[in-house]
Amino acid sequence: MIDKSSLWFIIFALGIGSFMLRFSFLGLVGDRPLPAWALRYLRYTAVAIIPALIAPMVALSNEANTGPEPVRLIAAIVTFSVGAWTRNVIVAICTGAITLGLGLYLFG
Amino acid sequence: MTSTTTKSAYWMGVRDGAPFILVAAPFAVLFGVIATEAGLNLFEVMSFSFVVIAGAAQFTALELMQKEAPTLIVLISALAVNLRVAMYSAAITPYLGTAPLWQRVLMSYMLVDQSYALAHAKFEDAPNMSVPQRTAYYFGTCTLVMGAWFICSFLGAALGTQLPPRIPIDFALPIAFLSMIAPMIRSLPHLVAAITAIVVSLICINVPYSLGLIIAGFAGMSAGSQTEVWIKRKQEAAP
Repeated sequence: MIDKSSLWFIIFALGIGSFMLRFSFLGLVGDRPLPAWALRYLRYTAVAIIPALIAPMVALSNEANTGPEPVRLIAAIVTFSVGAWTRNVIVAICTGAITLGLGLYLFG
Repeated sequence: MTSTTTKSAYWMGVRDGAPFILVAAPFAVLFGVIATEAGLNLFEVMSFSFVVIAGAAQFTALELMQKEAPTLIVLISALAVNLRVAMYSAAITPYLGTAPLWQRVLMSYMLVDQSYALAHAKFEDAPNMSVPQRTAYYFGTCTLVMGAWFICSFLGAALGTQLPPRIPIDFALPIAFLSMIAPMIRSLPHLVAAITAIVVSLICINVPYSLGLIIAGFAGMSAGSQTEVWIKRKQEAAP
């Protein structure tokens, strides 16, 4: 369960942090370019952190949290494949949700 | 482009931003639903969406809070997911950097994937736009997307408690994230970054305090960045 006392701290700290990231150049740094290595790292943050966050959720998706649950694993693979193929977020999320819903209805 | 008034630039932005409602809305609804399921009340859900306005970061924070990760880890991970907005900020600064400070503060608050992508493409296409016209266009692109974000967060939160228990909400987040991330993998370094992060996160699955996520994220970023350097070197060696 979520601890309510830290919830508000997290909301505001994230709000301030996100704002500072957005304001960084537009407000503070001006036109000075970032060093090349920093830009390189920034490019790969989302494609590294998000898969790292989801991988355990998919790998331990069965009820005992010991291994993957087949329908969820397949839905995950379908979502990713459709997203990579169509480059369309909405098509990917719908196909994934339908696969998951149908799979659980048939085999769940 | 010089004949374009500020007002028509704003409406052009609104029009160009309209299709992106379709992208923002489902994630906002989903955030409302998942946050409500996790025990947040309507006011907390709306504050979250209003203060942070960053889907991926909000989902990440929610997931880690549910796993009772330490506050510091929650913040680092959620901000890391959102680091790309610093890049967007850098990218639009040459076009908007001379706008008044209060406008830049507001622009920063609303800087998301959609406003960046639309505005940057437009400013490159139409180099003769004045700074007030660019500013108007930028706020135009934000208008509907922001509206959709808040309204749909509200709808999701209202819906959350009424969902039938059979709906597998536990897996909504992986599906949402996978659909977000798949189109972002545009090159070999992106792919290497993602695969490295996945492998390391599975190896680090038992590392306490959700620190595995930070380790895996950093490993993925380093791998992607290093791959980019290698590819560039190879291209330079064989012209």
